[in-house]
Amino acid sequence: MAEKGPKPDVQSGGSGITEPSLPLIQARKICKRFPGVDALQDVDFDLYPGEVHVLFGENGAGKSTLISIFSGSDKPTSGSTKFQGNVVEFDSVQDARKVGIKAVFQEFSLVPQLTVEENMYLGTEVSRLGKIDKKKIQKEAAAVIKRLAFPLNPAAKVVYLSRAEQQMAEIAKAFAGDEPSVLIFDEPTASLTEKETKRLFSLIEQAKKSGVGIIYITHRMGEIRQIGDRITVLRDGKVVGTKSTGSIDDEQLVEMMTGRIFDQIFPRIQFQVSEKLLEIDNLDLVSKLAHGVSLYVRSGEIVGLAGLVGSGKSEVGRACYGLEKIRSGDIRFEGLDITGRNVSEILSKGLFYLPPDRKEEGLISVRSVRENMSLASLVLPMFSRLGLLRHKTELLHTESLSEQIDLRPRGVEREVEFLSGGNQQKVLIAKALSRGPKLFIFDEPTVGVDVGTRIAIYGFLKTLSEDGAGVLLISSDLSEVLHLTNRVYVMHRGEIRAQLEQGDISEENVLRHYFDRKAA
Amino acid sequence: MNSSRSLVGRVKFLFVRLGVLPFVLLVAIIAFSLMSDNFLSTRNIVNVLRQSTFLTVVAMGQMLALLTGGFDLSVGTILAVTSVVSALAMSGFILSFPDMIWLAISLGILVGLGAGITIGVINGFGIAFLNVSPFMMTLGMASVGFGIALFLTGGVPVYGMPDAYGSIFGYGRWFSVPVPIVITVCLIVVMYFFLVWTRAGRYLYAIGGNIKAARLSGVRTKFHLFFAYVICAGLASIAGLMLTARLETGEANIGAAMPLESIAACVIAGVSLRGGVGRVESVVLGAIFIGLVQNGMNLARIDSYLQTVVIGVLLISAVIADQIRQKWVAELKS
Repeated sequence: MAEKGPKPDVQSGGSGITEPSLPLIQARKICKRFPGVDALQDVDFDLYPGEVHVLFGENGAGKSTLISIFSGSDKPTSGSTKFQGNVVEFDSVQDARKVGIKAVFQEFSLVPQLTVEENMYLGTEVSRLGKIDKKKIQKEAAAVIKRLAFPLNPAAKVVYLSRAEQQMAEIAKAFAGDEPSVLIFDEPTASLTEKETKRLFSLIEQAKKSGVGIIYITHRMGEIRQIGDRITVLRDGKVVGTKSTGSIDDEQLVEMMTGRIFDQIFPRIQFQVSEKLLEIDNLDLVSKLAHGVSLYVRSGEIVGLAGLVGSGKSEVGRACYGLEKIRSGDIRFEGLDITGRNVSEILSKGLFYLPPDRKEEGLISVRSVRENMSLASLVLPMFSRLGLLRHKTELLHTESLSEQIDLRPRGVEREVEFLSGGNQQKVLIAKALSRGPKLFIFDEPTVGVDVGTRIAIYGFLKTLSEDGAGVLLISSDLSEVLHLTNRVYVMHRGEIRAQLEQGDISEENVLRHYFDRKAA
Repeated sequence: MNSSRSLVGRVKFLFVRLGVLPFVLLVAIIAFSLMSDNFLSTRNIVNVLRQSTFLTVVAMGQMLALLTGGFDLSVGTILAVTSVVSALAMSGFILSFPDMIWLAISLGILVGLGAGITIGVINGFGIAFLNVSPFMMTLGMASVGFGIALFLTGGVPVYGMPDAYGSIFGYGRWFSVPVPIVITVCLIVVMYFFLVWTRAGRYLYAIGGNIKAARLSGVRTKFHLFFAYVICAGLASIAGLMLTARLETGEANIGAAMPLESIAACVIAGVSLRGGVGRVESVVLGAIFIGLVQNGMNLARIDSYLQTVVIGVLLISAVIADQIRQKWVAELKS
């Protein structure tokens, strides 16, 4: 804990860094205290024009707090920030925008009732004599979106956009208006497809060339290599170190981030495949997001369901859990028809679906860890008899689960909202474990979690499958699908494009089916 | 970690943990006991408690609606409808069968409860199954219920109930404790048991905290949501019966302030307007606090019109305090 981060080594020869120039942002000894927590302690951070500076660290390490200070939405408790050599203190996001600091947050800052273009110019409307110049806004917004090559309608209301589209609108907002001096991205690619990500990266590349400094938060190792010049690793609110991205490998990064050493991220899993648990026959959804889908999952195996965002893989998982309207086709669980049954019936048969968005659908953030862990299992005799709760067994059981998932801090009476993202994800898994289903459907189990938690989650998958449970792993993370599964289905535009057996699972084989045939 | 040891930090922490109620309760008690010597006398305290019973019972029902993330603006009318219908039933029955006092009283109670709960059933059905917003649904039903109550009575109080009803349920004592307090304490115990020890109670918190997550956890959200408004109406209806006994008449215009006061009692007690958070014990204290303020203002001879102003200000202040608390909770989170 006492180790002090080494001084940033500025001699890193990253591409396009104009070395001796004045840093855009020079932060010294930034501290941020919240009641009971030191979110940041003596953080030093420099951003030079024309560099991409990656912020890396586990959930709750202080990355988000740091960028909210730079972007004016939060103030440090102590410490100083210089912008182009002058000491600045931003009172609001508008203040920061005035000097050209623009941020793309994870939590979207869009007004749902306004259109994309109105949102892009919100607060900086081009006006003539007090009247908003709508024509000009429309023209400029269209130009920005075209430059980004996002499939996004500028006149669409934000409320009707998908999460990925909202992400695009948020990014477009940062590129709208005056030229930025600093761009801040907080995991911008989490819900983008490969193609859109590429486009974003090339724009970041362009911005770099024109001298913009970029702060980039990501959990994806690949992206760090792809666009990062320097990387600062945060842990528990302190800087562990700042390195040039060329001088450090993945293992070292993970070690810096977690303070622990991992031999490998993906565990070796012994598959003991036995009888069929879940069978889907010719499934058509009313939403048309999946058609003609057939697949099966046996106990003791992990089956991957891969594909791009929007390929319908998530909908297939949801349909099994009674969350989608089914037009035709059968879903059977242990030979029993569960098509169109409701959640509580399906749950009682032994199937559990873990949603991708833990805040939206997974957890009740204002309630305690204990209540969240037991919620889906309250009907079991272990937790209640004749509708009356058994508090003592509930407490004992959730405490042992907390131990099992290595929850930090261990206490089960803490509200879930006070936990880091990775720990919240663990609570979600514990919630499924406490019910003890025969089949788990994991929908994007590692979105937005840090490497430490990711490794822990992979460990659970291994244990579950080796203990004889069936797992359907729905994931947009290719490496996850490649390394953890013994069979893979690839979905494309609502159809199963391919089924790969263990020997055939390789990056080329899976990717081949990701895109339209002519493009591939 | 040791940075928050300052006094301000501690007060802030306590505020985040406990909410605004302990602070305002303390201020009110000190202020009123300085203003009036009678305020802290046993008699006055029992008086405050007895006067607070109606609001306490209604506020516990309101709390259920708030826990699910909604609210019930029709609690006042449920009170009124119950009062009018039960009084009409009792007086009508006793007129035809003057000897059957107990039958008249039981019948009146049952019919009154039935009428009140019917409003809750309609509320719950609209909100849970037809997806009408709780605001529109309960506001609409408030108008419907009030209209019916006025129509049934022509706006005139209903007299002629058996005397025993008022003298037992309104003015009676049981081991020298006023009967309304005894009934209320029983209801508090039942509600505490329901919310803390039953599965259905736990599900209400889950639904208010995140209805989607509750659904994915196998909770039959619609059924429980429906149920919450029915119990809420049931409690408001019981309060209506108690108030009718106290007034010894059935009145269509009682309970007008109940929606506001019951929501105020809950919010001051830390029940979140976003749902999923709140405790019965605090709500009881919140209701008593409002009773205390009204009593204190009476003792201090503050004009009754101005008292309404104070209640409104209290509600808004409680909401503001809740906002600040949410902000600090968010800060604690990161």
